[in-house]
Amino acid sequence: MTKDRNNHHESAAYHVTGTAVYIDDIPVSSDALTGKVFFSQVPHAEIRSFDLREAKKVKGVFAVLSAKDIPGINNMGPVVHDEPVLAEVSVQCIGQAMFLIAADSEASAEEASGKIKVKFREKKAILTLEEAMKQGKPMYPARFIISGDVESALKRADHVIGGEFHTGGQEHWYLETHAALCVPGEGDEMRVYASSQHPSETQTLVAEVLSVPKNVVEVEVKRMGGGFGGKETQGNHIAIWAALLAKTTRQPVKIRLCRDDDQKYTGKRHPFLIRYQAGFSKEGILNALDVDLNSNAGYATDLSRAILERAMFHAENAYFIPNIRIKGTVWKTNQPSNTAFRGFGGPQGIAAIENIIDRIARRLGLCSAEIRRRNFYGARSRNKTPYGQIVKHNHLPLIYDKLLVSSQYLKRKNEIDAFNKKNEFFKKGIALSPVKFGISFTTSFLNQAGALVHLYTDGTILVNHGGTEMGQGLHTKIRRIAAKEFGAAIDKVVVNATNTSRIPNTSATAASSGTDMNGMAVKDAIRQIKAGILPIVADHFNLKFGKPKTRLTDLVFSEDHVIDDRHKERKITLREAANLAYLQRVSLSAVGFYKTPGVFFDWNTGKGHPFYYFAFGMAVTEVLVDTLTGAVKILRADILHDVGDSIEPLIDRGQIEGGYIQGVGWCTTEELRWDEKGNLLTHSPDTYKIPTAADIPDVFNVELLKDHPNPGTIHHSKAVGEPPFMLGISCWLAIKYAISASANHRKEPELNIPATNEAILFALEKLKSK
Amino acid sequence: MKKISFILNGEKRFIHVEPNEILLDVLRDRMGTKSPKCGCDSGDCGACTVMLNSKTARSCMIFAIETDGQEIVTLEGISKSGLTPLQKIFLEQNVFQCGYCAPGMILSATELLGKNPHPSRYEVQEALAGNLCRCTGYTPIIDAVLELTKKQV
Repeated sequence: MTKDRNNHHESAAYHVTGTAVYIDDIPVSSDALTGKVFFSQVPHAEIRSFDLREAKKVKGVFAVLSAKDIPGINNMGPVVHDEPVLAEVSVQCIGQAMFLIAADSEASAEEASGKIKVKFREKKAILTLEEAMKQGKPMYPARFIISGDVESALKRADHVIGGEFHTGGQEHWYLETHAALCVPGEGDEMRVYASSQHPSETQTLVAEVLSVPKNVVEVEVKRMGGGFGGKETQGNHIAIWAALLAKTTRQPVKIRLCRDDDQKYTGKRHPFLIRYQAGFSKEGILNALDVDLNSNAGYATDLSRAILERAMFHAENAYFIPNIRIKGTVWKTNQPSNTAFRGFGGPQGIAAIENIIDRIARRLGLCSAEIRRRNFYGARSRNKTPYGQIVKHNHLPLIYDKLLVSSQYLKRKNEIDAFNKKNEFFKKGIALSPVKFGISFTTSFLNQAGALVHLYTDGTILVNHGGTEMGQGLHTKIRRIAAKEFGAAIDKVVVNATNTSRIPNTSATAASSGTDMNGMAVKDAIRQIKAGILPIVADHFNLKFGKPKTRLTDLVFSEDHVIDDRHKERKITLREAANLAYLQRVSLSAVGFYKTPGVFFDWNTGKGHPFYYFAFGMAVTEVLVDTLTGAVKILRADILHDVGDSIEPLIDRGQIEGGYIQGVGWCTTEELRWDEKGNLLTHSPDTYKIPTAADIPDVFNVELLKDHPNPGTIHHSKAVGEPPFMLGISCWLAIKYAISASANHRKEPELNIPATNEAILFALEKLKSK
Repeated sequence: MKKISFILNGEKRFIHVEPNEILLDVLRDRMGTKSPKCGCDSGDCGACTVMLNSKTARSCMIFAIETDGQEIVTLEGISKSGLTPLQKIFLEQNVFQCGYCAPGMILSATELLGKNPHPSRYEVQEALAGNLCRCTGYTPIIDAVLELTKKQV
């Protein structure tokens, strides 16, 4: 690999040769055991008795564990202690873990699992969000963000619309299912190889459950085969179960969930039910919004509260709404605990307001893109969010103007309208939708990161940081940052596996903030190493060259050298500099730290400054809908997205393309269906359809917004992981436009998320009968 | 237990297998070929793709015993004498993210180009539609395959 070509993913060479190591590829010793989890098959019941004796007798079985065998705390809830490691007195969802088995083969474990006997006394289960709301018992009291006077503004409005909007859940469908390998060491030592976005939390919970201190639990994450939020908390579960079995048997134990189990029993994106009333002027200016966001948490808290909060922070998306009341409630059901998923509540909040804008446009008979433009946050006025933060460096109008031209939106819209007039069975749709996404953990103390950087005497650099690699290219960006800071060639830098012994007390790699925070921590560490080297090199030059003297401020790290910028002939290689420093007994290793400045929020007042900055993007999507089958074809998508100064454009493009397609999946084909007993019916890829290579846009134009560096961030870049997901909503809006065309845009289609082929047919039928 | 033999990546291998042993498990756990991955256990996601007698096959849906006397090639086998042009362009254009789908995707694309050196965009999409990827949105993968076919005109 030559240097100039080295702009690809740091693992790309391993990916294309099939040598990248995931949990299930780690070589294990011959005494390693297979772990298996016995999951509840009833949604809500009291456990009256159970019998493990026959299971324990199965040949090749080394351990069968129940809650009684847990040495420490029987909890794996990350924030609130409401999620048992193993069910003790009751089960609260299908898929709640009850027992653990370690065996020398999958077959023995399976056989033992079949011999476990449990007696339940079944209770009434709440299996839908609607039912939970009907029962009127929220998991937590409702939260509010209020600005202005929504009631009087609604009364004054020229027009008021109201309604109910549903968004479905979404299965993460990371290609690598949940997996962990735990290897016991001396005494209480436990080494955990996890597929986890949050190694420090995995470490904490393993320690608590095993009743050992954290300093004997080492968690390592080399890479994940996809995460998307699904491994932010729930990767912990598998690691805890494997650790319990490993501690009991004193042998290595690996657990890998099969796809069906992973899909049925682990958490998903939260389904939302949103009720709203919106008041607007004749010109389509939104003056009042009363929006009530309700989420289905499943049986335990997990991250549900923070996810609801982010939905609330995005309930107005890109629009200034002076009078607004945002209410948010988390509801408990007897389903697996829903969890983080790319966007973290943002997509649900944004989809709701985008649907409202779409309705306003249809009501007024105006272009929906123009209505959006009229309501965008302003540059100097109309720029305060409902929670009091000013929207600074607002690129929405700029992106809108550029994208409208590059996508030829207006021309194509006219052509589409003409096409729709001529065609009865095929209808086309087009829509533009923006995203304004707040960057930072909304739980402010999480906005911290650490790094540990070593410079070796051969001039190579090893970077450790607290972020995890799940395919998003974090390590690739960190490698670029470290190379730039050291002025070193990129192939001199290796980014190490994430390890809790090297970087302690980290936050999850989540909230799109991995590069922002860890990049800054790495920069801080490198600054310290360089500060140690500079006087050594200056002394060296001054001894060798005499006067005029090389001053510390003259020295630069560039092209693998340390150079006197005023006397260019004075230069030594980074390797030589490292050696000089070593001989002078100067440390070539440093710990870096970063905390995002100025972020805070107070839920008592519903005000604060929760985000360091906002990321902006916009998409235009055009679709063709077959009105006889409901089939959708995406004809073209145009995206313009703001990533500040891109650290790795190829990586950023990948995030934008992949995020958009994942968003399209959520909005269209990905449907979770349960039977009346609470069993997930769409539990494998033959029934749950994520986008395939055949489902992507025929024409896909993705551009990064150029020449808008982001102030105050690592190399002026912007976070990119989550925001593009919400651009997929433009596809849903385009489908809705096509449906609406079948009634000449005179009636409001009834469409929710996801717009499956079936849902589209229903919406078309309803329009006919309206 | 039955003793079978197959040619794996050019080498004749002998092994005793139970009648219910899955080819994917045998390749990964007993033959040391780790490139085929388990993604769904049901033949839908394509992560376990191998070449069986020069055609792509889902190794999670095949009993090892069925492959007695057959020829199997995994990703390890196709790059024995260095990266293929397809691997090279996938590397250069940074098409993968988490990489878990890569081995299957590369084998499916290799099969396509073997049969049809100048496929249309639609043909590439159809050929890869059985290999799920959750990260990339497929565009870079399809673009790289098409660019390679242009290079080889």
